[in-house]
Amino acid sequence: MILVVDLCFKPRSLSRYEFVDPIAAVMRRSGSEYEIVHSTEMTPDLIYSSDGIILCGTALKDDLYARRIDLFSWIRDLDKPILGICAGMQVIAAVFGGAIVPQPKIGLERIEIIKETPLLGLPREIEGYHLHNFGVTLPLGFEIVAGRPGEVEAFQHAERPIYGIIFHPEVRNRWIVERFDALLLE
Amino acid sequence: MLLGVLFSGGKDSVYACRRAMETDSVSCLITVVSENPDSYMFHTPNVGWAKLIAGAIGIPQLTWPTLGEEGAELADLSDAMAGAVDLYGIEGVVTGAIESVYQAARVQRICRDLDLWCYNPLWQIDQLEYLRLLVSEGFVVIITGVFAYPFDGSWIGARIDGPLIEKLEALRDRYAINPSGEGGEIETFVLDGPIFRKRIEILRAEKTYDNYRGRLSIEEARLVER
Repeated sequence: MILVVDLCFKPRSLSRYEFVDPIAAVMRRSGSEYEIVHSTEMTPDLIYSSDGIILCGTALKDDLYARRIDLFSWIRDLDKPILGICAGMQVIAAVFGGAIVPQPKIGLERIEIIKETPLLGLPREIEGYHLHNFGVTLPLGFEIVAGRPGEVEAFQHAERPIYGIIFHPEVRNRWIVERFDALLLE
Repeated sequence: MLLGVLFSGGKDSVYACRRAMETDSVSCLITVVSENPDSYMFHTPNVGWAKLIAGAIGIPQLTWPTLGEEGAELADLSDAMAGAVDLYGIEGVVTGAIESVYQAARVQRICRDLDLWCYNPLWQIDQLEYLRLLVSEGFVVIITGVFAYPFDGSWIGARIDGPLIEKLEALRDRYAINPSGEGGEIETFVLDGPIFRKRIEILRAEKTYDNYRGRLSIEEARLVER
């Protein structure tokens, strides 16, 4: 079961349709079992019974997740695949000692994949939809997969299947979520 | 949270309004009336009748004119949203965007500049599932405009129901159209639904059609008890 974590400012907010449901829809279409849970309603049972976890993004004006990083301390020691999207990537960065820094971007932009990974595949350029006020600094133990220092588009933990992407794969790049889903079966 | 819904009277803005009313308080419907029938940003057929839907739902409407010129219409939209902040105290804006990155990114930027929340509760929704949801929840939606091959004149004025959704699905498979008209293939108008206190009855309308482009222009309509 894949845990799809809603990072929006409150459970069952209007934003969930925009940032959580499209990710869940990818799971549904691929026939994968999933469960949606809000970040404030996570339980150890849910976390440890899952096969993998996706931390979803949230609205541009919502920065509550950044003030609740303690809710995500379980990420540090969890030995399961994790994908953080936008706010989710920022949470992963913060948990591992990186910083959340102002870096506003809205709209479609070219993204340079610079390192081959199971999630994003071979180095090449793709186009991705950005919707964020903040980016991240690279935490210790992580490698840049796309983008560059100062504008990290995607990162991966050097030893564990933990990924972060700052753009929104649910828009024009659903294959990334599908590929994460497929990684769980390997 | 007090919200304003960008509102054209088409199915997407009405359904976005329905979702916003479920979680928050919709204090006004913001209708930008464009003089440009080919506006990239704003739904134009029958937008003047959106006031009737606002009345049917029972939420105040703020209308704002624009010449519909690219660039200037964004400034007009921004002014309309700022006006809704002043008049209705809105803290956020809701749109019915589904796939259009062009529209969504522009509204997001305006919201950021005005320090408003931006909600897109239909974003990336499966278009056929969405049409079925509209029907199953009791929305009465008619097609008021067709703007692409292979839509012939028989589509104008047709009600979206199960058989029509099947036809749209077949057209999607054959011609790669967006079944909910997100690419501008069709435009719609909503006559009734679960958030309506009264329904809309069209008394007189003129149908025009020429070379895969056609419209149903409403000339007289009224609110009636449901």
